[in-house]
Amino acid sequence: MASKNDPFQFQEFDEAGDLLEANRDAVTISIENEDLKSQRPRSTVGFAQDAADEEPLISDDREELLSGQKKSAPFWTFEYYQRFFDIETHHVKERILGSLAPWPGKNFIQAYLRKNPDLYGPFWICTTLVFAIAISGNIANFLQHYGNPGHKYTPDFRKVSIAATAIFSYAWFVPLGLWGLLLWRNNKILNLVSYSFMEIVCVYGYSLSVYIPAVVLWILPYEWLRWVTIAVALCLSGSVLVMTFWPALRDDHPKVIIATVSGIVLLNALLAVGCKMYFFSKPEPGKEPGQMVNSSPTVKAIKVTSP
Amino acid sequence: MALAEEASTPFVGLSNVSISEEIPVEGNITVPAGPSTRDDAFSTLDEPVKETILRDLRAVGNKFFHVLYPKRSSALLRDWDLWGPLLLCVTLALLLQGGAADSDDQGGPQFAEVFVIIWFGSIVITLNSKLLGGTISFFQSLCVLGYCIMPLTMALVVCRIVLLSGSGMVSFAVRLAVVTASFGWSTFASTAFLADSQLSNRKALAIYPVFLFYFVIGWMILTFSPRN
Repeated sequence: MASKNDPFQFQEFDEAGDLLEANRDAVTISIENEDLKSQRPRSTVGFAQDAADEEPLISDDREELLSGQKKSAPFWTFEYYQRFFDIETHHVKERILGSLAPWPGKNFIQAYLRKNPDLYGPFWICTTLVFAIAISGNIANFLQHYGNPGHKYTPDFRKVSIAATAIFSYAWFVPLGLWGLLLWRNNKILNLVSYSFMEIVCVYGYSLSVYIPAVVLWILPYEWLRWVTIAVALCLSGSVLVMTFWPALRDDHPKVIIATVSGIVLLNALLAVGCKMYFFSKPEPGKEPGQMVNSSPTVKAIKVTSP
Repeated sequence: MALAEEASTPFVGLSNVSISEEIPVEGNITVPAGPSTRDDAFSTLDEPVKETILRDLRAVGNKFFHVLYPKRSSALLRDWDLWGPLLLCVTLALLLQGGAADSDDQGGPQFAEVFVIIWFGSIVITLNSKLLGGTISFFQSLCVLGYCIMPLTMALVVCRIVLLSGSGMVSFAVRLAVVTASFGWSTFASTAFLADSQLSNRKALAIYPVFLFYFVIGWMILTFSPRN
């Protein structure tokens, strides 16, 4: 509506975007030009000597490797992290849908990430899940005591920090452990499939996305509904994880396979059931709901009963 | 004289280029008029303190107006300041203080928590948009996100007034309506300023965190209940 009043600003930004695009192209083109330049003198030489035909190929390989090294910035720079946010809206949509609907035999890393793991999805899915758990836990708590004149609703802000600790540590430390394990097994047994740490983090982050609708459903005060949603979410998220890591484990000893797969599934179940028990459990009659969260229930009980 | 001639021999090559003595080297060195006028405009040394403060206040007030009436103007982007965000953030945190939660230390949003959520949240959102390749500077984005909290701060003031009359079903409905409207307003205003800095295929990715940020602040305001 108001945007039509001064269209110039709009244009300016669009142009800036275009320029950025153009610059990107320019950069890639210039690299190609360099390659061409280096090729040309060599190819003229190669005309004279047939034996030297392989030379330009080797040098090209070397140059490509060198340019690849140049591109990867060290981890303390901004550009290094920009690599993990080089993603577009439809990619994120595809990845979330892919993690919600696992297809038998479809490997999440190979089908959706394609050597371009992002951190955008994992980070914001975890953040959304943290606040979804905290908010719906509070609403569930409120609904449980609705209509009870003796109870006064108090927002429990501590749920945010506890949920954040639990979910972010799950989404970072479990992939770290799994990555170490795969690295170790890779050294012992030659495996064709190996995943980088970022790919594992990415899979774990996206596999949590199914819990966001589940957690919102937990608001409804029916225990059976909560357990059904947990089971469904666990199946979906667990199957995505297992199917993704199956190719990397396939050639290993059966014992290791069973241990790893059950470890992945158990940790996932632990997170889901733990969140449900902690944030959505029915408080025992006669107790304040806040006590479920508090570390020192006796002090709280005295404080609650005193006024 | 001999010494002088000897000394001039190194420059013998330049003798052809010498300027003839008939033409005197003279002229006016004109100082461009720009600096002096700029000095006049920006000299804040000999103006009264009242004027200085008023000018800054006017700038802040002007930005408040831009948030209330978010047309796609660059006034918020061109000269950023963090006074407005600080003011809004402190107001919000102070008004959220004194809730029922304080009485028994039961984990309602405390001053520090609100403060940290607002600043840390907007820093994370800004980093996110920079990492996505946004063409906006760090502090410009912080400034926009901070100023766009204003509708939510006003909603909190309204909520506190509504809560004076009691906390029944009607009051909750009113508060819900007010907070929802101001949440929509905040999100709309901030996206009006920020969305243009992103490429079109990444706009949704940059806007989603903003939406989440204001949603959480809106939730804190809605669930606030005063101590009685």
